[in-house]
Amino acid sequence: MTSHSPIWSLISTFGLMSLFAVGGAAAAVPEMHRIAVEVHHWMTDKQFTDAYAIAQLSPGPNVLIVTLIGYAVAGIPGALAATLAMCLPTALLAYFVSRLLNRPSQSRWPGLIQAALVPLSIGLMAASALILAQSTDRSIAALLLTAMVAVVASVSRVNPLWLLLAGGVLGFAGIV
Amino acid sequence: MSSDSAPAVQEPDLATAPPSLVALFLAFARMSLAGFGGVLMFARRALVEQHRWMTADEFNETFALCHFLPGPNIVNLSMVFGSRLRGVAGGVAAFAGLLLPPTLIMTALAIAYARFGDIEVLRRILAGISCAAVGLLIAVVFRMMTPLLKRADPLAAILMLGVFLAIGVLRMPLQAVLLVAIPVSMSVTYFLRRKVAA
Repeated sequence: MTSHSPIWSLISTFGLMSLFAVGGAAAAVPEMHRIAVEVHHWMTDKQFTDAYAIAQLSPGPNVLIVTLIGYAVAGIPGALAATLAMCLPTALLAYFVSRLLNRPSQSRWPGLIQAALVPLSIGLMAASALILAQSTDRSIAALLLTAMVAVVASVSRVNPLWLLLAGGVLGFAGIV
Repeated sequence: MSSDSAPAVQEPDLATAPPSLVALFLAFARMSLAGFGGVLMFARRALVEQHRWMTADEFNETFALCHFLPGPNIVNLSMVFGSRLRGVAGGVAAFAGLLLPPTLIMTALAIAYARFGDIEVLRRILAGISCAAVGLLIAVVFRMMTPLLKRADPLAAILMLGVFLAIGVLRMPLQAVLLVAIPVSMSVTYFLRRKVAA
């Protein structure tokens, strides 16, 4: 089954997904969850939310959750293949489009497309939050922690890293 | 830019010589490793304020372009920025600088997780971090939603809700949902703008 090798499956999955990832990495999380957990059973629900947490806690673009998914499927080659498949096609697309539109501000199409995509990408990110919450917030304490972080991060400019670490400490203490 | 060239002003214009490929790689590696929870803020600071490789307007213009294209915005941005400064090689250097160091860190974390992920203490810590991470995501969604709600734009709200239900509740495939939602949203936006202009 060489045509169904896990590496090829990672490359085709994430390469295609990246072209539909309007609004960036957070908007693609529901699709990653659907494919990795529900369609291919590459990871359990719990492993997926762990991967999301690790990607948030680590430096670098948040899209690198695909590195963790790739590793779970096919080790180090899988991690690299998934990362490149998710990042390279759209970067090349951006390169060619930027050469095509030398003065993007003169055309009204970028503004129009952006205005049309904004509500869609917010809907996608809200869906990400729902899917992740369904698998992490399994207790009242967990739900409260999520709600508190959501409120604090909405009304203040505190560095998100501190909120993640506070969550880790509460988890360590066995409170959530 | 040229109208405002008083010699005493401390702020110099853009750096005169384009940066070397190594400098590009290192600059993007540094902003990537500093960027916990998002790299964009660090990218603006490094490219516009620190290195002066781009003006603020050029940055905004390039970011707008990368934002409406699919894929991880900051990754697109690295390729476009790098290639504007040093051609294709510059694009590759910036892209590699942005992705290589954090990918190595992430791979190391993946190995550690595969080996130690079942340890009870780590599971509890990760569970706490996950709860907080979901809270952060909700806050981002809330912040992005505020301008739309202030404008009281019912069509945008319906589209947003429709995508949320289709993907979050019904768990439909992304491609299928977007192949319907994008044309609908584009034509609605187009006709609304034409009506406003008329």
